[in-house]
Amino acid sequence: MASYITLNYLDIALASVLVLIDAGLSIIFGLNIHRSLLVAAIRMAVQLTLIGLVLTALFSLVSPLWTGLAVLAMILLAGQEVMQRQDRRLLGWWSFGLGTGCMMMSSVLVTAFALLTAIRPSPWYDPRYAIPLLGMILGNCMTGIALGLNTLTTSLMLRRSSVEAQLMLGATRWDAAAPVTRDALRSALMPTINSMSATGLVSLPGMMTGQILSGVPPVEAVKYQILVMFLIAGGTGFGAVAAVLGGVYRLTDARHRLRLDRLAAPQAS
Amino acid sequence: MLLRAIADLDPNQGVVSLEGRDRSTIPGPEWRRLVGYVPAEPGWWAETVGEHLGDWTASAAVLTNLGFPDKTKSWPIARLSTGERLRLALVRALIMRPKVLLLDEPTAGLDAASVAAVEAQIATRIRAGLAVLWVTHDPAQAGRIARRQLAVEAGSVREEIGQWPVTSP
Repeated sequence: MASYITLNYLDIALASVLVLIDAGLSIIFGLNIHRSLLVAAIRMAVQLTLIGLVLTALFSLVSPLWTGLAVLAMILLAGQEVMQRQDRRLLGWWSFGLGTGCMMMSSVLVTAFALLTAIRPSPWYDPRYAIPLLGMILGNCMTGIALGLNTLTTSLMLRRSSVEAQLMLGATRWDAAAPVTRDALRSALMPTINSMSATGLVSLPGMMTGQILSGVPPVEAVKYQILVMFLIAGGTGFGAVAAVLGGVYRLTDARHRLRLDRLAAPQAS
Repeated sequence: MLLRAIADLDPNQGVVSLEGRDRSTIPGPEWRRLVGYVPAEPGWWAETVGEHLGDWTASAAVLTNLGFPDKTKSWPIARLSTGERLRLALVRALIMRPKVLLLDEPTAGLDAASVAAVEAQIATRIRAGLAVLWVTHDPAQAGRIARRQLAVEAGSVREEIGQWPVTSP
């Protein structure tokens, strides 16, 4: 393994002075965000330290059971986040279940695909590969599904009369909802497309820079990044299609009626 | 709300049947092709009139009868008046060749000539076998077109006798 420079706690403390300067600026300009800035910085440090410890434990265990539990916890947290980002939630178990189920299906499928074909660690569930890979796919999938579902529910509300006009003329629920479905899928995939086209020019992806900092030759790091981008695109695509079609299914019924009564009132925020 | 329920757009209780077939035995989309519904505020899903009227040759004749020129096809929906929207929604429903038509104030806000054209067009279809359930606030219109009148007052339904046979207008 190539060399990398270890940080000691003094180095980190020095960098944290930058956050304190930010907080000072907030006080000087009366922005009133220094409190939340400091709380966020402390949360970040504590959360990352904890996850560092958890990952150390997981990596030394290499146990399918514990890796699986960590994966499950990540997916459930992501599902919670998808639910939080909805202006109007589906009623009942669907609000959590739909996003979470679709993320679980697509991110686990795509991660397993990468582990079994491209990366092939031994054993294949080695958490040193499985967890970071799943994390990256899940994070993007989560954004896509949250955006897709939110676009679906808001446009169904706004364009209710146009969808029902097609239903009145005998269209099926899938045909009548097709324009809205397309919009929802487009907005779900837009961040992935934008990040693929901007990457390397405007931004250097975090994973790739991380590998370069730890001494991996840039060309090798780039190969990994390209693989990860494809996995993200695949995972987000599958997840968003499943979630949006699931949403259309839930917001219509077997008699091909539009069922906006299955949406909760808008979130007060 | 009653018309929406008959067209099966909202969950509803009650039994509706058409020519002896119970509604629950007919899939939703097929039912709505048989039982057309033109709401008081029709919806639009594309940009021009033509995109909403699938079968252009079938709609052309009806459009002419209702006083629309040929170039209506390329009119943008956003520029239509309320009355034009109502009449175009009626055309859209008629070319589906339904057996029953549910109309919710189809002539609200139309000028006298357009009202007459709409009433005449529907009367022609009724002679050809169409059944119409027409909601109106205008007793004179009800008198002109109805074979059977039901008055809804304070939540109850009362039968009134139609003064005119349906073929009159």
